Amino acid sequence: MADDQKPKTKLLDELEKGPWPSFVKEIKQAGEKSPVCDDLLGQLELSYEEKKGHWKHGGIVGVLGYGGGVIGRYSDLPDKFPNVAHFHTMRVNQPAGWFYTSDAIRTLCDIWERHGSGLTNMHGSTGDIIFLGTKTSELEPAFKELTEAGFDLGGSGSAMRTPSCCVGPARCEWSCYDTLKTCDDLTRQYQDEMHRPPFPYKFKIKCSGCPNDCVASIARADLSIIGTWKDDIRQDDAAVAQYARAGLDIRKDVCDRCPTRCMEWDGQKLAINNRECVHCMHCINVMPKALRPGQERGATLLIGSKAPIVQGALLSSVLVPFVPENELMDTLKELIRRIWEFWDEYGNNRERVGELIQRVGMANFLDAIGLDPAPEMVAAPRDNPYIFFQKEEAAAEPEPAGA
Amino acid sequence: MADVNAVAEEMYKLVAEFFGKKNLKAGDLTKAMIEKFGADCTKTDCKLAIRQLMESGRCVYSYFGGSYITLPHKEGAAPE
Ligand code: SF4
Ligand code: SF4
Repeated sequence: MADDQKPKTKLLDELEKGPWPSFVKEIKQAGEKSPVCDDLLGQLELSYEEKKGHWKHGGIVGVLGYGGGVIGRYSDLPDKFPNVAHFHTMRVNQPAGWFYTSDAIRTLCDIWERHGSGLTNMHGSTGDIIFLGTKTSELEPAFKELTEAGFDLGGSGSAMRTPSCCVGPARCEWSCYDTLKTCDDLTRQYQDEMHRPPFPYKFKIKCSGCPNDCVASIARADLSIIGTWKDDIRQDDAAVAQYARAGLDIRKDVCDRCPTRCMEWDGQKLAINNRECVHCMHCINVMPKALRPGQERGATLLIGSKAPIVQGALLSSVLVPFVPENELMDTLKELIRRIWEFWDEYGNNRERVGELIQRVGMANFLDAIGLDPAPEMVAAPRDNPYIFFQKEEAAAEPEPAGA
Repeated sequence: MADVNAVAEEMYKLVAEFFGKKNLKAGDLTKAMIEKFGADCTKTDCKLAIRQLMESGRCVYSYFGGSYITLPHKEGAAPE
């Protein structure tokens, strides 16, 4: 498009100012190749002026046999912005840990320039590669090329969403289990649930290798798998001393910030009362050369978090405090089967599993999936405790001395 | 185990009957089939029947806040 025909984007241009990356700048740059981008910016500018969205969302678009992976979107001003009359999104299942060769990225971008706007979002909040903007007639050809290149669509709608994981043992020595393998195994295991939405609503699984939780599974996944250890933190005293010599204030910056105050530094030696450690990772993050997770590794399984959509945000609650790494996949499969069975039976339409648990109560949920309550499931003791005594217990209570 | 073709056929009839009147989810169809065919019909049979309906193109998924199963039709939101 000649420069004088480009849409006037007075408001959007403001978003190009400043030192930070600008999506407006990026879309304008992509507009040199794709006419879709000019209409996209034109419609967005109009939305900013009118303070009103112009997208219609949903519908039946997709590829044959799949109920997920394509999000239908249409402009409600197709005559004014014909190049974005259809502007569907494709979600492509990302490789575990988001590792690509440059060849793979080029292949993906080339496919999307041939069949869509060329605009991508690497990556969406679920983790998928997001291809932004194409028309219905290009969905099947794009899908064909993607599958030929070894890619598949991810989940969307009331489906198992594309599982995601942190880089795990591929790059991070703190990983307490193989996040990449677990994520890949789960993705392959639940293909049917990803491609043909069977649930009351979405179900997300995220795998973090340690409690740093780099994929935010505790806040964003219906089932969070967070690596942890059972034995003592590994400690290298010489390296601790080295940190002290280099100027780290171990008392102030490490011990005083330990949430359970289970560390002591006498100026010479660091002592950790590992029984009281809650594996928050703080001390390990501050002194990575001196402290490391223990060697008895595995994962904690948590249930029920979600971002706010129909109802407010929830954080996950502990479901299984510790599963050894070698039992992880079998435990997950059995647990997921039981959770889905219950959710299928009792979940309301558009009710996430965490909301169902809130509605029926954790005790009933645990009972239904056959798990015994454990102290680790309690995030914090209630601050209004009360105790019911049975009559006979109260009668048997000895009189306090001196009463 | 129930005959998957027969389950798919019954599912299709139900989807056609409710087309334009009520959105049906995969779970609704599964419950209805288990009621109709009895203990012989498992959730796996229903899963396979839905897959058959989707891969043959007789049914499609729609998305309106959640995912539903419906008959192929012209998209209301799509421009001419
Ligand atoms: S979650 Fe833990 S193991 Fe995974 S990348 Fe982050 S720090 Fe490393
Ligand atoms: S991991 Fe956290 S709780 Fe455990 S000793 Fe270190 S700072 Fe304290």
